[in-house]
Amino acid sequence: MNDWIERQRHLLDFTLTSLARRKTKNIGLLVVFTLLVFVLASVSLYTQALRSEAVRVLEQSPEIVVQRLVAGRHDLIPPDYLVGIGRLRGVRSIETRLWGYYYDPVLKANYTLMVPRTRTIEQGEIVVGPALEHTRGLGTNTGISLRAYSGELHTFLVTDVLPHETELMSADLVLMNEDDFRRFFNFPDGHYTDIVLSVANPREVRNIGLKLMEMLPDARPILREEVLRTYNSIYAWREGLLLALLSASILAFGILAWEKSTGLSADERREIGILKAIGWETGDVIRMKFWEGFVIAFSAFLFGYVLAYVHVFYLRFFLFEPVLKGWAVLYPRFALTPQIDAMQLITLFIFTVVPYVAAVLVPIWRAATTDPDTVMRS
Amino acid sequence: MLRRPSSRLFTIWIIALVAMTASFVDAWRLARTNDAAIERTAELVEQLRLTDPVLFTEARYTRHPTQADLHSAFQSHPLALEHFPSGTLIPPTIRGAYERLD
Repeated sequence: MNDWIERQRHLLDFTLTSLARRKTKNIGLLVVFTLLVFVLASVSLYTQALRSEAVRVLEQSPEIVVQRLVAGRHDLIPPDYLVGIGRLRGVRSIETRLWGYYYDPVLKANYTLMVPRTRTIEQGEIVVGPALEHTRGLGTNTGISLRAYSGELHTFLVTDVLPHETELMSADLVLMNEDDFRRFFNFPDGHYTDIVLSVANPREVRNIGLKLMEMLPDARPILREEVLRTYNSIYAWREGLLLALLSASILAFGILAWEKSTGLSADERREIGILKAIGWETGDVIRMKFWEGFVIAFSAFLFGYVLAYVHVFYLRFFLFEPVLKGWAVLYPRFALTPQIDAMQLITLFIFTVVPYVAAVLVPIWRAATTDPDTVMRS
Repeated sequence: MLRRPSSRLFTIWIIALVAMTASFVDAWRLARTNDAAIERTAELVEQLRLTDPVLFTEARYTRHPTQADLHSAFQSHPLALEHFPSGTLIPPTIRGAYERLD
């Protein structure tokens, strides 16, 4: 066993010296390979962390949200709706939600204005999300004037800012009193934005959704499982999209690796010929070249992964942030919780290290099995 | 000992592997540290009956993808192309999500 290890170490020593002779080319290859692993690992770590955090938090979202559609558009819930839904069997509680969007021309951003059911807010007061604090400069006891759609100016006093750790879900929220909300939007009495239902038996959620649609054909029930599925699919889509954008660079690297490995340079051919002429066995040449591919690929994998981890969880994914932000003025500042699983790392390893080592070995095997004289003369 | 090139390579690999292992330990530490924050966010979601994270605030169908009308991205006019950058990150119609009820 010790002999075997020592033999491999000698092969590795020889390989590293051989790599050092073509230093610029191999360092260039290592840098490009590391960048590729870095990008792939960054996307994978970020999406996985965001998906698991959103799904975990959204498990507390309403079991059923009932919207009303008029001519294909979301409309207000009239008072008689509530009476009808109240008669449905299996519905444990019915709550109404009052929320809407407000476009702030100062910041050129949309806020989500909402009336909380579990918190009392006095008239003339508001509670704002953390993004409004750092983007609009709204702290506790500061005032803000918002122009309603009627043209009237409404002044509010900020009495609290929502906790910063909840920013992923609360960044753009403005919580206000129900009377203020109705006055501000000229919202008719007894009408609501939508309805939230909780169901006694979780297995009945789907049936209640179907019953609702039978009873109120213009209603659109949105189930919690649909919300979760939507977010799962959005993150899968986003990951896929980023990977699609990156596919050009992946392909370019593939071509580079293929070109490097298939088109053996004259130097490499001569090296193989000399090694065989001085008594190296075919197996040793292949082992030496295996180490050559593995040294580059495995080093790139380790460096790329570690850099990606720091980029995503300590530098807040800053290289790809513009893609995710889009044109949004308000964007939450949130720290993601890493979710690393073995499968993720194994997949990354299989998709980066294995193909490269394989691409290096195939042409070498061909060259190493031919006669040394032919190899040197070709 | 470090005169051999392989020894130098092993040293570099060991440092990188230690950094990789440190990332797992750090992930575990961050998960424990952030657990209270996630619980608090989940509480807020329950209290305010929230449905969507604040990832894209430029339009209503990107702010609340689960609540928006299914084709709101195309409602500017019948042949409107979706024009917000985040629209490229959100599928226009999430196939399968609403298959049974819509």
